[in-house]
Amino acid sequence: MIWGVVQFPGSCDERDALHACEVASGEARLIWHEERELGGVDAVVIPGGFSYGDYLRAGAIARFSPAMEAVAGFAAAGGPVLGICNGFQVLCEAGLLPGALLRNEELRFICRQVELVDAGGGRLSIPAKHGEGRYHAPEDALDRLEANGQVAYRYATDQNFNGSARDIAGVSNEAGNVLGLMPHPEHAVDPLTGSTDGLRVFEAVAAAGARA
Amino acid sequence: MTVELAKHRELGLTDSEFELIVEQLGREPNDVELAMFSLLWSEHCAYKHSRKLLGRLPTEGERVVMGPGENAGAVDVGNGYAVAFKVESHNHPSAVEPFQGAATGVGGILRDVFALGARPIAILDSLRFGELDSVRSRHLLDGAVRGIGHYGNSIGVATVGGEIYFEEPYEHNCLVNAMCVGLARTEDMVRAAAAGVGNAVVLMGASTGRDGIGGASVLASAELGEGDEAKRPTVQIGDPFEESKVLECCLELLGKGLLVSLQDLGAAGLTSSAGEMAAAGGVGIDIDVARVPLREADMEPFEIMVSESQERMLAVVEPARVPEVLAVCEKWQTGGTEIGVVTDSGQVRILRDGEVVGDMPVESLVDGCPLYDLEPGEPQGWIYGNRATLTPEATAEQELLALLAAPSIASKRWAFEQYDSVVGSRTVRRPESADAAVLRLPEAGNAIAVSIDGNGRRVACDPYEGTVEAVLECAQNLACVGAEPLGLTNCLNFGNPEKPATAWQLDRAVSGLADACTALGVPVVGGNVSLYNEGPDGPIYPTPVVGMVGELPDPARTAGSAFAKQGDAIGLVGPFAPTLAGSELAKQRGVLDAGLPRSDVTAVAAACAIVRDAVRAGRLASAHDVSDGGLAVALAEAAIGAGLGCRVDLQPLRDRGCQPEEALFGEGSGGFLVSGDRATLEELGATLLGEVGGEAIEIAAGDRSVAVPLAEAERAWRSLPAQAERDGA
Repeated sequence: MIWGVVQFPGSCDERDALHACEVASGEARLIWHEERELGGVDAVVIPGGFSYGDYLRAGAIARFSPAMEAVAGFAAAGGPVLGICNGFQVLCEAGLLPGALLRNEELRFICRQVELVDAGGGRLSIPAKHGEGRYHAPEDALDRLEANGQVAYRYATDQNFNGSARDIAGVSNEAGNVLGLMPHPEHAVDPLTGSTDGLRVFEAVAAAGARA
Repeated sequence: MTVELAKHRELGLTDSEFELIVEQLGREPNDVELAMFSLLWSEHCAYKHSRKLLGRLPTEGERVVMGPGENAGAVDVGNGYAVAFKVESHNHPSAVEPFQGAATGVGGILRDVFALGARPIAILDSLRFGELDSVRSRHLLDGAVRGIGHYGNSIGVATVGGEIYFEEPYEHNCLVNAMCVGLARTEDMVRAAAAGVGNAVVLMGASTGRDGIGGASVLASAELGEGDEAKRPTVQIGDPFEESKVLECCLELLGKGLLVSLQDLGAAGLTSSAGEMAAAGGVGIDIDVARVPLREADMEPFEIMVSESQERMLAVVEPARVPEVLAVCEKWQTGGTEIGVVTDSGQVRILRDGEVVGDMPVESLVDGCPLYDLEPGEPQGWIYGNRATLTPEATAEQELLALLAAPSIASKRWAFEQYDSVVGSRTVRRPESADAAVLRLPEAGNAIAVSIDGNGRRVACDPYEGTVEAVLECAQNLACVGAEPLGLTNCLNFGNPEKPATAWQLDRAVSGLADACTALGVPVVGGNVSLYNEGPDGPIYPTPVVGMVGELPDPARTAGSAFAKQGDAIGLVGPFAPTLAGSELAKQRGVLDAGLPRSDVTAVAAACAIVRDAVRAGRLASAHDVSDGGLAVALAEAAIGAGLGCRVDLQPLRDRGCQPEEALFGEGSGGFLVSGDRATLEELGATLLGEVGGEAIEIAAGDRSVAVPLAEAERAWRSLPAQAERDGA
């Protein structure tokens, strides 16, 4: 399996994402934001960071990049896409995922190891680090997300530090091939640095790719 | 003549310095030249009151790759890799505007490290503010922490450690010292010396504006006082996005071997980087200010030369490679402009569209400033204030809780959670989980540990001994995670060196630093001096901040500071002889006085080796340096971190002659609180004190025995957010 990690000016976690993809399964390569082709990759990661400085609004400029146009086409064709933190914000801005990410309730950037619960009830311990990670969508949209099984990850009890609606940490699109989450699975692929639970997120994306 | 005199004085030069410039030039300087001289001859750039002292520091060592004089120091970590690091102050800008002051402090130290070709992998900060019951201190703390987070988080470099102290003498003049650690392939590293007559000088990064004009001379080289709000325009504005692009651009250029040398633009902007590059290379440099990309079209040549606009780098490039260099700048959407040329003239010449507007000998500009001898005068007794917040009637329990809640001792989670500590996937030990941050280096096959320390109050009590203690504490912190020191960087934050008492503090502190480093065999590979840290009420505590980098062979073999499991034995290793002199308890009782007992550096070094080896062998369950608040606070921290109580008896310390309260709360070097298997602790020669377990911190100390429920101790220790955010911020 070949992963592509999109790199914007201002991306921070692209090298960690590359490494995590390699640990999870196989090969990984960077895709420069000006590229219009994804080069035949099997899955795409939009990494964390501050693409284009997050000027205007987090992810608002990145969605217009040539590489994101290619990612939109790739996703429409059923290709698996994972957006992490800023990548999640970019995917929401691009309309590939529902909802939006607002400033944390306490208005501060917070970096903390958090407990997540996946759709199957499994628990993951993964670091989160962001200033704008409060998931928001209209109530009826949230109801639909839950009814469709699109809530991929929730913060466990007492772990929702940013005030996200219904404790939502990550969502997928209706087709299930595009996933975004605020916590950082790419920083949780080695017991030495905290946990290996992040690998399960990459495996879930790879599995979505295999089904496609 | 009177008008001229007024002008140079306004720029911070003395009459005799001005006369020396006239003598060296053979004429009076024009406005451009005077502006440039005033910056490079400022305290901030010329170190004119400290350079003579710094010659005492040991700088040689077999692992040293780059020493003082480069943008940062560097040590060999094996397998062809080197670790570059440096600490630098941004005190005065932060006191005037804390968010941007702290943010650009981080930005500046990052540039120093990637200027060598090293990718920044970690940031640490050492911060000092007034007491938290002051609204000004809360404002400065909040702004500085946000600023550090803003810059470090946005650029994607992990902030892995640091320390914060709150003391009245920092009320007006807070300290913001930032340290950066970077990793480089040794063969890819570059120096800052300009070389190759005819080579192009290329300015990269942001455009040049009117921000930060006079930062080095007006702001950093004079005391703070009333009306400092008017100095806000001298504070630079940071843009981490621009820096992120310049960083990647520079590392790509160096990786491709396209640069001859590289230097960041910091204090004194183009003036200092061009001058220093020329001086280091023994060449001349021509700069055409008309080619410098500007934010405002009508800038004067002197403004362009002294602007401290951030996120700029200066490179020397072979002419044939200029197009390739500019193409990489274009790829990263950052500036790249050829603005000058390396010459054999030995002069720094400033041109505007070919017309010479300034022409000065490099040697005179960079090294011509007179160096001054200090005139030290030892003050009589304690020259700072005392403010009692604890009465002598307080019980030992009340004292322990008051110490745990003291902002200098309480958990700093509120601050470090605002920093990304995990980006880069190297952080094996995150903040507050161990005495030093541990970062793995898969490239070199090992790991490094990093710590930054300096207790100004103790240095105020005894500048020599307090500085020795700062070095020892750093070494002890490294030993606790199994690391051996490789090198040291320092930032000397002091008051006005023209005053005898401050001169004496500086002189004694540098001697203490030199002696401790020599005794431990740790070379000083770089540093920074920040003087004139004074407010209307007088000078800050003398505050040498020491940053140390150590090596450990296996990142899987480190120890945390928290106890690990019920039933483990608790012991004390090292020549710990606590007294209340200079302690947090003495501060709270309002009985601070001059004088500290001597540390036995050799014995502390031996204890460091015992702990280091035991940690590396996986024989200790926890290791924690005994520091602020003494053994009782160290025990409480280890217990709170584990969620486990402890039962100990300090009789062994009393047998050594300690009074009960000295055994509990006394401070001094050389103490390691360790836990693990009882037989192992005995083999290591530890003094057994008790065992881990229960739901309380129970410490028998004669008539001052303490028993505090763990939950109550934790509440006190976690009270910083409530103290910092009482304005509802």
